[in-house]
Amino acid sequence: MALKLADMRTEVHNDWCPGCGDFGILSAVQMALADMGLNREDSVVVSGIGCSAKLVHYTNVTGIHTLHGRPLPFATGVKLANPHLNVVVVGGDGDGLGIGAGHFVNGGRRNVDMLYIIHDNGVYGLTKGQASPTLKLGEQTKSLVYPNITSSINPLVLAMACGYTFVARGYSFNVQHLKKLIREGIEHNGSAFIDVLQPCPTYNDINSKEWYNGEDRAEENSGKALPRVYSIEADGYDGHVDTAKGRDSEKVMLEAMRRAVEWGDRIPIGVFYSNDEIPTYEERMHHRVPEYMDVPPAKQRISDNRKKPIADITPFMDELGV
Amino acid sequence: MKENRLQWCIGGAQGSGVDTSANIFSRACAEGGLWVAGKREYYSNIKGEHSYFVVRVSDTMVEAMLEGIDILATFDEETVARHFDEVRKGGAIIYDPSLSQKKTDDIHTLDARIKLELAERFRQEGGVTIKTLLDDAAARGVNVYPVPYGTLLNSISSRTGERRQAILGRMVNVLAVSASFWLLHYDLDELNSSIEHVFGGRKKLSEPNKVAAAVAYEYMKGNFKESAEYRLRKVEKKEKRMLLNGNQAIALGKLASGLRFQTYYPITPAADESMYLEKFERFSMNDSDEKGNLMVVQTEDEISAITMAIGGALSGARSSTCTSGPGFSLMAEGIGWAGINEVPVVITDYQRAGPSTGMPTRHEQGDLKFALYGGHGDFPKIVLASGDLEESFYDANHAFNFAERYQLPVIHIVDKAMANTTMTLPYFDPARMNIDRGLFLGDGTPFVIEEGKEYERFKITENGISPRVPIGTPGGIFWNTGDEHTELGHITEDPILRDRMMDKRMGKLDLALKEIPEDEQFHYYGQENPDLLVVSWGSTKGSILEAMGKLEGKKIGFLQIRLIRPFPSEAVTRIIKSAGRVAVMEMNYVGQLADIMAEYTGHLAEYRIVKFNGRPITVDEAYRSMKQIVEGKSEKRVVLTYGA
Ligand SMILES: Cc1ncc(C[n+]2csc(CCOP(=O)(O)OP(=O)(O)O)c2C)c(N)n1
Ligand code: SF4
Ligand SMILES: [Mg+2]
Repeated sequence: MALKLADMRTEVHNDWCPGCGDFGILSAVQMALADMGLNREDSVVVSGIGCSAKLVHYTNVTGIHTLHGRPLPFATGVKLANPHLNVVVVGGDGDGLGIGAGHFVNGGRRNVDMLYIIHDNGVYGLTKGQASPTLKLGEQTKSLVYPNITSSINPLVLAMACGYTFVARGYSFNVQHLKKLIREGIEHNGSAFIDVLQPCPTYNDINSKEWYNGEDRAEENSGKALPRVYSIEADGYDGHVDTAKGRDSEKVMLEAMRRAVEWGDRIPIGVFYSNDEIPTYEERMHHRVPEYMDVPPAKQRISDNRKKPIADITPFMDELGV
Repeated sequence: MKENRLQWCIGGAQGSGVDTSANIFSRACAEGGLWVAGKREYYSNIKGEHSYFVVRVSDTMVEAMLEGIDILATFDEETVARHFDEVRKGGAIIYDPSLSQKKTDDIHTLDARIKLELAERFRQEGGVTIKTLLDDAAARGVNVYPVPYGTLLNSISSRTGERRQAILGRMVNVLAVSASFWLLHYDLDELNSSIEHVFGGRKKLSEPNKVAAAVAYEYMKGNFKESAEYRLRKVEKKEKRMLLNGNQAIALGKLASGLRFQTYYPITPAADESMYLEKFERFSMNDSDEKGNLMVVQTEDEISAITMAIGGALSGARSSTCTSGPGFSLMAEGIGWAGINEVPVVITDYQRAGPSTGMPTRHEQGDLKFALYGGHGDFPKIVLASGDLEESFYDANHAFNFAERYQLPVIHIVDKAMANTTMTLPYFDPARMNIDRGLFLGDGTPFVIEEGKEYERFKITENGISPRVPIGTPGGIFWNTGDEHTELGHITEDPILRDRMMDKRMGKLDLALKEIPEDEQFHYYGQENPDLLVVSWGSTKGSILEAMGKLEGKKIGFLQIRLIRPFPSEAVTRIIKSAGRVAVMEMNYVGQLADIMAEYTGHLAEYRIVKFNGRPITVDEAYRSMKQIVEGKSEKRVVLTYGA
């Protein structure tokens, strides 16, 4: 039975600030999960710590709200022990690119089949607005005593360099577009990463909804706002790797990186890079262990009906025998 | 004549084959029905620093080490300089006579402190010659055997046609082992069979090494009189035995116990466990033709290792990680998360000398307090300490059973001495294990929830344990969070619910203490109402037991505490009250168990016998310190210092 959006909501009181971009991401995640026709129990959302991470409590699938910076390794364990689960990871930009940056890098190397969404708001929301790793050098958001003294990370370029095989950017106030990206990210076979531009009206007064929408600049004649955010697909860009057709990964990635550094007056969203020619961690494992997908670690019998061990360790003891 | 009881030592530069020699020696003894226990000492270094291996051989099972060496096999000057003093009267040193004029000051890897002490003792300018040291040993009644390795290698070369120095050079290992066996009147056949096994049947390696064995044996025979002091003789083996180390024992225990998901980040001396487990990626099953599989993941750090293992457990696999000091410190936050979310996960901590990087390859039992108290806030975890390799195999299963039955992290605490002890043991018997998954409803147990109700992962129940389902269970959607939570697993800061949840979680420790059989909580050895009660934990067990045997006639009891959290306060108090003097013996500076025992029993032990120089407590040290206490001559705090 197809699920409705309402089935994806919990009764937990949502305590995000009014106008927070997190609401759009929540809706997009719920809509994508409902649309995909999966059973609720087949999906699990794993989050870190931050405003963003509370998303799991508002979503009616199994939700694992973990530690600051650690959602990726938690989720990797969940997925590798049972590769049949649909695993979605969410977290803040501080969570994933600051304290959890090591996991971010190594997550790409593994290419485990799951989707990772970063709520990119430029600040540490839950700790009251300090600079996050995506806040640009020299910018001074509301809570900062001085302008930001450190440079920023470009999450898209980093993701591609690390080996994520699907790299996209969404905008939390373009929910339909984001929903499509999330669905594509889940359906992608491998580690997918979506950086979501998420205004934090409480602490980030620079990268606000109004700013993304270009309300500070208007078309001369009509007086209509000139949005900064635009879709690269609508711009004719295609980030899919297809080596047979001459679009090898290096070529696509270089082009994607060039597009990804665009910022300021024009901010691209969409799929920058997508490559399904690289085997996932699970496929590499399956290649070595043919039983892995049928009976992964979480699905194995470990004892007989008398509760006795069934792994036969005798051959290994024989190897050590004297 | 000492028959079938001795300690043999081989030393040399790391990477020069010391381990291989010790392995060949141990195996040859073990194949001949003798019992061995070998201790490996090495620097945190890959090539060049001094390492040595002491193998104790006996006709009964042994696990602890004695002081002193009976036969010292050397092929470099440093081994002579470091160990000549340890060789007993009547014992033997095998050495390369071409090194006689080498001076201690020229040995780059020898500690300045040792050089200085030798220079002062022998009053020689510019360092002491190897000859001086050997003469000193000989004057004490040690037999010295010059074995010209170079000449012997030449004859191997002409017999085998092997000309490559790199290959020939490695054969000094077998020369030293073979020369030792000649001294001990031990059969060359046993040595040859061991060589074949150690070189894995690769004839290209085993054949020339067998030639080397014969060359050394013949040389000894032609040049020396047989030793009248020592002899090794084959004895009959009554049961099937293995030769294995602590990493292997625990890995086997984990596999048998149902481990299917292991994560790790490389660290000494824990990593060997995971690398050995990787060999079990596919394995046979007892009761079907299917193949089982075990996934081992090398992670980017220990934070990832613990959190990934927790993830595996949430999906329903028996999951664990293993680490040592620095990595264990990094895991603290993750272990707390497992505590508040009631996730069964096993952490095997191989303690090594801390703090910080400390002495990475040396022994200590310094993590006990951290294992008990590490992590912020109060949460339940079980800390289980094994006393030897055999216990550690079965304890691996206890660890998983406790983890699943009480739904909490279990720290299985062992140490470097166990990891790097290689000993003979009878085959393990996995049928002695029972696999208890507690209220886990993921292994086919039918799962029903009442109409109109949601599954409550943290349902408050009478004994604090809530039914647990793996992620992906139909009808079993749940939430976890490191925040305090409701029965559904959603965040709460409600003071009443907070109290209930804390009671629910912490109460599981009381339950565990009530349910876990006494034999898994502690072992008591020796006489009732002892004059001296020695309390200890972990790998000191072997030395203490053997020392007790030597103190026959004295009323001594030994309490080996195995379950340290929850602490068996009542039983321990009862035993303490039954005893005269109480001493706690352990391998750390402050006497961590002594403190913990005081906390839980209110009893401050009168004596603390501690050691923290990185080398395990010997049988002799245990013996002397216990004897001093019994005779009323001991200080209250005794620091043991033996070891090279
Ligand atoms: C180990 C650790 N250090 C610090 C914190 C405090 N902390 C909570 S949320 C947070 C930052 C959150 O920022 P971000 O990840 O960007 O998420 P956001 O709130 O912006 O969604 C920090 C530092 C913590 N929970 N754990
Ligand atoms: S602080 Fe910012 S990110 Fe957090 S809930 Fe409020 S608006 Fe959203
Ligand atoms: Mg943020």
